[in-house]
Amino acid sequence: MRVLLDLERCQGHNRCYALAPEIFDVDDYGIAVLLDDGEVPPGLEDKAMLAIANCPEFAISLADSTNAGTAS
Amino acid sequence: MTSIYGPVTDWATDFDHAEPEYNENAPALWAELRETCPVAHTDRYNGTWLPVTHELVTQIAYDTEHFTSRSVIVSPFEQLAPAPIGGAPPITSDPPFHHDARRLLLPAFAPKKIEQWEPDVRTLCKGLLAELGDADVIDAAAQYAQHIPVNVIALMLGFPVEDADIFFGFVHDVIEGINVELEQRMQAFIRLDDYVDRQVREHVENPRDDLTTFLLNSTIFGEPLGLEHVRGSIVLLLIAGIDTTWSAISSSLLHLATHPEDRERLVADPSLIPTAIEEFLRAYAPVTMARMVKEDVEIGGCPMKVDDWVLLPFPAANVDPAAFDRADEVLIDRAENRHLAFGLGIHRCIGSNLARLELRVAIEEFLAHYPRFELATDKVTWSVGQIRGPRTVPVRIR
Repeated sequence: MRVLLDLERCQGHNRCYALAPEIFDVDDYGIAVLLDDGEVPPGLEDKAMLAIANCPEFAISLADSTNAGTAS
Repeated sequence: MTSIYGPVTDWATDFDHAEPEYNENAPALWAELRETCPVAHTDRYNGTWLPVTHELVTQIAYDTEHFTSRSVIVSPFEQLAPAPIGGAPPITSDPPFHHDARRLLLPAFAPKKIEQWEPDVRTLCKGLLAELGDADVIDAAAQYAQHIPVNVIALMLGFPVEDADIFFGFVHDVIEGINVELEQRMQAFIRLDDYVDRQVREHVENPRDDLTTFLLNSTIFGEPLGLEHVRGSIVLLLIAGIDTTWSAISSSLLHLATHPEDRERLVADPSLIPTAIEEFLRAYAPVTMARMVKEDVEIGGCPMKVDDWVLLPFPAANVDPAAFDRADEVLIDRAENRHLAFGLGIHRCIGSNLARLELRVAIEEFLAHYPRFELATDKVTWSVGQIRGPRTVPVRIR
């Protein structure tokens, strides 16, 4: 599983970093940063979905499975 | 205080957010308007709109083309600092100036910087609780919640903590002193500016490690910040950080004082507190922002004209059933919670990480100190204006 981050949308609400720090970090301005290029460590799929569902700006999405292979 | 407008005759066509009834009855009023008139209007304050649906509030929050932030409190008003900077940058600023003014402040309020304040906030909360002594009834809003954000922001700005009562006066004048003559409102701003200018001068003479000195040493577009900008940003941090967080903490404690099953659940499992806090922020969001119309535009079928005010009631959007399942219920374990308590888009509350920290620590410490408490009144007093929260929450603690 892999997540995508739309930096045009991210406004630094910090929900993803609070809910899934294994997948997201934040920079010095509080803007989200993908760890490991958004690759979700095995077993943390639920946390990834939680981060997606709690982003007020809809900045996070699931990479679709057909792209996930080629992008990694 | 002399009011300029009298009692409200009709909440769809003559509403007034500065009438005490508004905040007292807001959830019922929003629900009724959603069904009957999703964009209310009033001629008061030279014309003001009130959209109450999630869809419209979101649409306007993102639309910086038709709406300006140059003033964000619907009130008798004289534009002294025009767009794109406004009187209290960056909250009153528009693109493109807004971007740089905001970027200047973001690092101080970024998550990892704010985390470092946790020990101070915890010590403060424990100290306030220790001072409450052995009374049977305490006021969780006036004796506890109110004092947390004011102390934290004074520390961050490097302002005297002993001046807390002066800050409460400013917050009251700016946020609650809306339905007053323009002259009276301008006098309040002069008092606030004079106070901040004194503190700024003191920092020029004695620079130290705080936000005021940071602003004085900052540059924007290659130039030092003007004193107007420094003052405006300080006014923003001082006013916006106090009433809002105080209201959020008070509303959360009011909920716990009236919902023993939720209180018991959080006492038994404090790890649920961060999730519960997001739900309190959704259900009892304190902050309604405002915009002014910059270019004529039709929103929700309503013709909004240049210089009309538009209120952005994020709390109403947060309880819209079109956007949230079981929107009118408070579910402290709600896992999916895309609430708008801190706004949306480029003006997302810059203090959101600090507010969340204060709210979480305040609730953790209160529950640890008083695992059992219940509301000791049947009449709660609410704030007036765009920041909604209970002003008194007397609770029986033994």
